[in-house]
Amino acid sequence: MNRILFKKEGRAKFISHLDLMRTMQRAFIRAGVKIKHTEGFNPHPYMSFALPLPVGVESECELMEFELSEPTELSGLPARLNAVMPEGIEILSAYQSDLKFKYIKWLDIKAQLFYYNEVHTAKELEAFFIGSRLVIEKKTKRQTASVDIGPLIASLEAEDIAPGRVLVAARVSAQEPALSPAQLISAIEQLKPELTPDHTGFKRINVFDKDFNVFR
Amino acid sequence: MDAVLERILTRVQKPARYTGGEYNEIIKDKADVDIRMAFCFPDTYEIGMSNLGLQILYGAINSQPGMWCERCFAPWGDMEEELRKAKIPLYALESGDPLTEFDALGFSLGYEMAYTSVLNMLDLAGIPVRSADRRSLTPLVFAGGTSCINPEPMADFFDLCAIGEGEELDVEILRLLRHAKSEGWDKPRFLREAAKIPGVYVPSLYEPAYNDDGTLKSVTARDGAPETVTKRIIENLDTAFYPTRAIVPSTEIVHDRVVLELFRGCVRGCRFCQAGFAYRPVRRHGTEFLLEKAKAALENSGYEEITLSSLSTSDFKGLSELTDGLLEWCEPRKISLSLPSLRADNFSMGLMERVQKVRKSGLTFAPEAGSQRLRDVINKNVTEEALLNSCRIAFEGGWNTLKLYFMLGLPTETDEDVAAIARLAEKVLHTWREYAPNKSRGVKITVSTSMFVPKPHTPFEWEPQVSVEEYLRRVRLLRDNLTSRSITYNWHEPHVSLIEAALSRGDRRMGAVIEEVWRRGGKLDSWSDYFSMERWLDAFDSRGLDPDFYAGRTRGEDELFPWDVISVGVSKKYLARERKEAYAGRVTPDCRTRCMGCGANCLMERGACDE
Repeated sequence: MNRILFKKEGRAKFISHLDLMRTMQRAFIRAGVKIKHTEGFNPHPYMSFALPLPVGVESECELMEFELSEPTELSGLPARLNAVMPEGIEILSAYQSDLKFKYIKWLDIKAQLFYYNEVHTAKELEAFFIGSRLVIEKKTKRQTASVDIGPLIASLEAEDIAPGRVLVAARVSAQEPALSPAQLISAIEQLKPELTPDHTGFKRINVFDKDFNVFR
Repeated sequence: MDAVLERILTRVQKPARYTGGEYNEIIKDKADVDIRMAFCFPDTYEIGMSNLGLQILYGAINSQPGMWCERCFAPWGDMEEELRKAKIPLYALESGDPLTEFDALGFSLGYEMAYTSVLNMLDLAGIPVRSADRRSLTPLVFAGGTSCINPEPMADFFDLCAIGEGEELDVEILRLLRHAKSEGWDKPRFLREAAKIPGVYVPSLYEPAYNDDGTLKSVTARDGAPETVTKRIIENLDTAFYPTRAIVPSTEIVHDRVVLELFRGCVRGCRFCQAGFAYRPVRRHGTEFLLEKAKAALENSGYEEITLSSLSTSDFKGLSELTDGLLEWCEPRKISLSLPSLRADNFSMGLMERVQKVRKSGLTFAPEAGSQRLRDVINKNVTEEALLNSCRIAFEGGWNTLKLYFMLGLPTETDEDVAAIARLAEKVLHTWREYAPNKSRGVKITVSTSMFVPKPHTPFEWEPQVSVEEYLRRVRLLRDNLTSRSITYNWHEPHVSLIEAALSRGDRRMGAVIEEVWRRGGKLDSWSDYFSMERWLDAFDSRGLDPDFYAGRTRGEDELFPWDVISVGVSKKYLARERKEAYAGRVTPDCRTRCMGCGANCLMERGACDE
C-alpha cells in the first residue's frame, strides 16, 4: 500500500477530519496524481487515514494510505503535492508499507499548558500524573463511564519552558482504547482542578507499534 | 495566530471558516502594497465563498500591483460572542489584521436580508456604522452588488456605492483612494472626486425631499455629482479578468465546485425578474475561451464538479458544443458537469443524456405561474405543452425526482391561477404515469411557492406585494387543491419576503429602521435562526414608518422612486410600457427575436448588444 507521512500545523490544524479528506483528494488532483476510485454508482477515492486527528490538534506524524490508478514514482510525490497544498499541510515522505494501521499502538504527544494568572510548574504536573490514580469520568452520548487512564500512559515528562508555560511530553495509547490528548486535561480538571491550565495546545509527534518501534 | 483567538477557535463550530490559509489564497508582502482592501461579505463564509462575484473581484483587484484584497465574512453567533467577549476586532482572513487597518472595506450587497450584517460587521470591527460618523478618509466603507441598484436604504452607512460590474470600477476607486492618500486629501474631497468616476454613487452628495404623503418629492445632487449614476458594465468579457485560480476552501461550502460563467444579462425579459433587467445587455464569452478557462479552473482547484452559470443557460448559443467539449475532458477524469437553470421549453434529450452520463441529479423547472394567462402576464414564455414535453423526456430518461417552482401573489393573480398550479402539477404526474418506463420506484414531484417580491428596475416596480394573510390564504387554497400523495408542497415563509419587499424599494429613511433592527440584535437575517419579524415590525414602529407603505402600496405612475437616481440602462419608460403589456396579457419577444428598445444597448460603446 502507498502511504504518505505528513504534518498538519498552524492554521491547518482547524481543518476537520472530513474536510481533510476532501482537501487531500483535491490536492492529489491538482498535483496530477491519480488516485484509484471505487467502482460503482458513486465512486469515491481509495484513501484512508491512520488515526483521525481532532480539530485543533497539530501533528508531525499523520499517515494516509491510498491506491494509485497508474504507476507513479513515489519519491517525487512530496514535492509535487507540497506545491499544491494549503498552508500548514506538508508531505514529509511517500513510501510503500505493508504494516496495517491497526498495529499502531503508541503515540507520542506534546501538550503545551498555558497558565495566565497563577504559575504552575512541571514538577507539580509530573507529580500529579505519575503519583495519582487517574480514574476519570468519560461522557459518551448516552452515559458517563469511569476510565482508568493510567495504563494508557506509557511515559510522561514535564518541562518548564517559560513562566506560566509547561510542556508535557507523553507516550499514550493510540487506539483500542485511545487516549485523546484532551483527556489528559480532563484528568487535571476532575482530579486536581487547581492545576487546570487556561489554554492547552496539542501536537502529535510520532506513532509506534506495541514494541515502541516507530510505525511507518 | 493570537493565542486568545486560537483558544476561541477550539471552542466554536467549524473553526476553519475563521482561519484563512486556503489553497490559492493570495498573500502579498506588505512592503509592496500601498492599498489594502477587505472584501467584506455580510453573510457566512459558506455563502460568501460560494459567490462568483467574490472570486472574480478578489482576483481582479489582486492582479493589480500594489493592491492587496483580502476577505472577511460575517461570523456565526457563537464566534461573534467569543470575539466580543475577548474584545478581538473583526479581522481579514489572509493577514489576520483588524479591518481598521485597511484602506477600504468593500461590502458585497447581493440581497436585502444581509443589510443588518453589514452594520454588525462594522461594529465588530470597532468602526462607526454611519458614514457621517467616520471622519477620516480610511477605512473607506463602500458597497457593490445587485442590491446597490437601490442604494437608498443603506445610504447612511456607505461612503460610496459602486454601481454595476466591479472588475474595472473597483480598481478605479482604489486608484483614486491611493492618490488621495498620497496627496493627503480629506474624506469630503475624496468623495467629491470619486463621484466623477462613472458608476460611483456618493449618497452624501444627494439630498432627498419628501411629499406630505411620504412619497419622494425630489433628489438634489450637490457638488457636481451627476443627476443619474449609470451602472458600469464590462463590454468585452473575454478580455476582462476571469477567475481560474479561485480559492479552494478547506471546509465545505454551499457551492463547492467550479463555476463557469457563460454570459451576463438575459435575452428573456421575464417581468418579475430583477436580474433579467439589471444585468442587461447580454454579453457572452466565446466557447473556446470557456473551454480553456474551465480546464484551467478545474486543474488549479482539484474540484471534481463543474457547473455552468448564467441567468438562462439553455439560451447560450453553442451550448451543445460547450458541453460536448467539457464532457470530453471531464468524463475520463471523473469530473461531473451540472446544468442549472434549464428552461423547460428547450430542454433537449441529447443534452440531458450527455450530462446524465456522469451523474444524475434532481431536475428543477420554474414555470413561476400555473396558468398560461398569468405566465403571459409575467412574460415567462413557457407553454404548458413545452413543459410537459420536457417532463416526458425527463421521465422517459429515467428521472423520478422533479421540482416545480412557482410564485404566489404575482400581479393580476386570481384563485383560478392558483388552482392552475395544482392542475399543472397533476398533469406532470400524469405524464410520469404515462411515460415512465419503470414505475416501481415511484415518483416525487415537489411544488414550491414563494411570495412574489416586486423589485426596483423591473416592470413591476410600481406593483403592490400581496399581504402576508392573502399569501397564506392562497397557500391554503393551493394545498387544498393538491391531493395526490406523489406531490409534496413546500411554501416559503412570507414574513421574510415582506421585509425584503419593504427594503428593496425603500428610501433613505429606511436606514434608521435597519440600524434600529441591528441595535436590537438583528443580523444574518436570511437565516431563520436569527430573523425575527417582531424585531423588524418594532423597529419600523419606533421610527414611525410602515412596511406596508413600501411593500404593499400601488405606486403612482409618475411617482419619483428612490432608485431613479440609478440607471441600469433600461429606461423607466420601457418598464412602464412592459407593465402595460403585462396587464394586457401580451408577451414581449426575447431580444434575439426583436430588439424592443429597452435602452441597455446604450451601455455598449458600439451601441449594440451581442445578441
